[in-house]
Amino acid sequence: MSIAEALREAIREEMRRDERVFCLGEDIDIEGGFGGAFTVTLGLSKEFGHERILDTPISEIMIAGAAVGAAMTGMIPIADVQYGDFLFCMMDQMANNAAKMTYMSGGTVKVPMVMRAPVGATTRGAQHAQSLEGFFTHIPGLKVICPSTAYDAKGLLKTAIRDENPVVVFEHKLLYGSRGTRAEKSALSPVGEVPEEEYLIPFGVAAIRREGRDITIVATLLMIYRAMEAAAILEKEGISVEIIDPRTLVPFDYETVINSIKKTSRLMIVEEDTRRNGWGAEIAAQIAEDAIYYLDAPIIRVATYDVPIPFAPVLENFVVPSAHRIVEEARKLMNS
Amino acid sequence: MKEKIDGEKILRMYEKMLLIRKYEEKIYFLFLEGIMPGTIHQSQGQEATAVGMLFDLRIEDYMTSTHRPAGHCLAKGVTVDSMMAEMFAKKNGCCKGKGGAMHTGDISVGAIPAIAIVGGGMPVAVGIGISCKMRKTDNVVVCFFGDGASNEGAFHESLNAAAIWNLPVIFACENNLYGASTHINQVTKIKNLAVRADAYGMPWEIVDGNDVIKVNEAALRAIERARKGSGPTFLELKTYRRCGHSRNDACGYRDKKEEKEWFEKDPLLICRNYILDKKLSTAQNLELLEKNVLDEINRAVEYAKSSPYPEPLDALTNVYFGGEK
Repeated sequence: MSIAEALREAIREEMRRDERVFCLGEDIDIEGGFGGAFTVTLGLSKEFGHERILDTPISEIMIAGAAVGAAMTGMIPIADVQYGDFLFCMMDQMANNAAKMTYMSGGTVKVPMVMRAPVGATTRGAQHAQSLEGFFTHIPGLKVICPSTAYDAKGLLKTAIRDENPVVVFEHKLLYGSRGTRAEKSALSPVGEVPEEEYLIPFGVAAIRREGRDITIVATLLMIYRAMEAAAILEKEGISVEIIDPRTLVPFDYETVINSIKKTSRLMIVEEDTRRNGWGAEIAAQIAEDAIYYLDAPIIRVATYDVPIPFAPVLENFVVPSAHRIVEEARKLMNS
Repeated sequence: MKEKIDGEKILRMYEKMLLIRKYEEKIYFLFLEGIMPGTIHQSQGQEATAVGMLFDLRIEDYMTSTHRPAGHCLAKGVTVDSMMAEMFAKKNGCCKGKGGAMHTGDISVGAIPAIAIVGGGMPVAVGIGISCKMRKTDNVVVCFFGDGASNEGAFHESLNAAAIWNLPVIFACENNLYGASTHINQVTKIKNLAVRADAYGMPWEIVDGNDVIKVNEAALRAIERARKGSGPTFLELKTYRRCGHSRNDACGYRDKKEEKEWFEKDPLLICRNYILDKKLSTAQNLELLEKNVLDEINRAVEYAKSSPYPEPLDALTNVYFGGEK
């Protein structure tokens, strides 16, 4: 099953289970349309009707605000944006309302909503390319998750829908496995086993994607796959890499990372988000505070350079971390 | 109008307006005395919009408010005690001391904690409308906002969405002529903001916002439309602040002639004169009513003063409902 299909299954199962769950967003299931920018909600209106699969005007402020209002008054909205970059249009609603209502009300109001957002650089230029995880991890009151496999996509989204807080779900455009006219060039489209029976994946529990002895790499989304590619190359050079996918950035599973560096003594963080003040910086600082004595070398961040995402593939490929860059940084790390 | 608004109801609306006026006057004095932390945005002069719009709502109906929420909240049924305690930053305030004046509310009576970003409550009201409709209730939401919000993107997105989906939202625009210190004429070319509803295919009315009976009559029409599934209504309530925008604002930007004209149209005075003219009550009884209101407020002040502050560590709770994990 692809990630897009796994997300769709999660939504379908939760909508069957709980009539409070509904979807809203732009182009999410217009007849003859796309089923959302990357096909996740395709065909759901056949089963649930257009009342619960609500196609909206191009009004991002309204979409986010409506999700907040519906969530506060007994519904469980799953809203989405076509591209993560559009989250900026709705930032007031996300940061000032969704994130703060529970707190401002002294814990008397809950906002059980999901906001899904595709991220990642995919030769669309600067405004359909950003990885915005860092912005949202900075806002107390939001949970931030980023599934990188089909299994995780389904299990984490189901948990997000059942969570009583606003959860922002970052999905990667090159990992969806969208088909037909919505297929992405140069997509990895990982296909994974998804069990028939129901399962949920708790937040704050990392997955170890690969075991190793020499370097711990923490990465999310597409960067997991780049790191895996790098690890295969490094293995031939005798460098053994352990790869940890935190799966959720808020809450974050520090325990798994610390247990890993106890073994490897070296930590690299790979993120597609730009480097300055990114989530990787936060992880690095926290590990330095809590576990620096387990480390034999400085913590390294491999991130997108601090520039807008350029269009030309040769430029885009240069600014976003590649397997090659991870390999080079890993070699340096082994020698430091 | 189907049924004439009866005398008893007018008296109760007057009493509610009086409660709001006296509550805010008390807050103002306490603030000037330096007893109260924070800042204040008062709604004196706008009591008729709050009471007229909300008097007939059920507890299950909702209301979204603004940075000037005290009148709306009292009219929707938030208790004076819990509001006063919040103003004193106490643990038993309506937001446990975490909201303050600009986020006053109590969702248990349908008063959504006030949203203090101009226009920010409007899309939230759309979502509440979706919720009321999807849950197959006939509940409605009254969405308050000022003239200033009519130039926000959120305003336009919200009106459009409520209209296309026929949502039970009543947009109550309190046009008090000023966004902070800026006159509406300086930032808006049209005279009546209500006509903007036309652009979204939404019915509208322009109402004397200082006459509680007229506001209430318009509200009843809009509520009825919303309850029976006929969709949203836009009401432009023409009104005026008797006080400054916030804190110690002396309103140096306002024309004194304009102030005088509006002050003569004080909603409490208009209602009081109506009551006495129609002999719905006597001056003596209204005095007694006022005394009772003042007593209630003074009791609330005592309650708030004697209430405990939150513990500093309480600041770290309620970030997530049920904790972070």
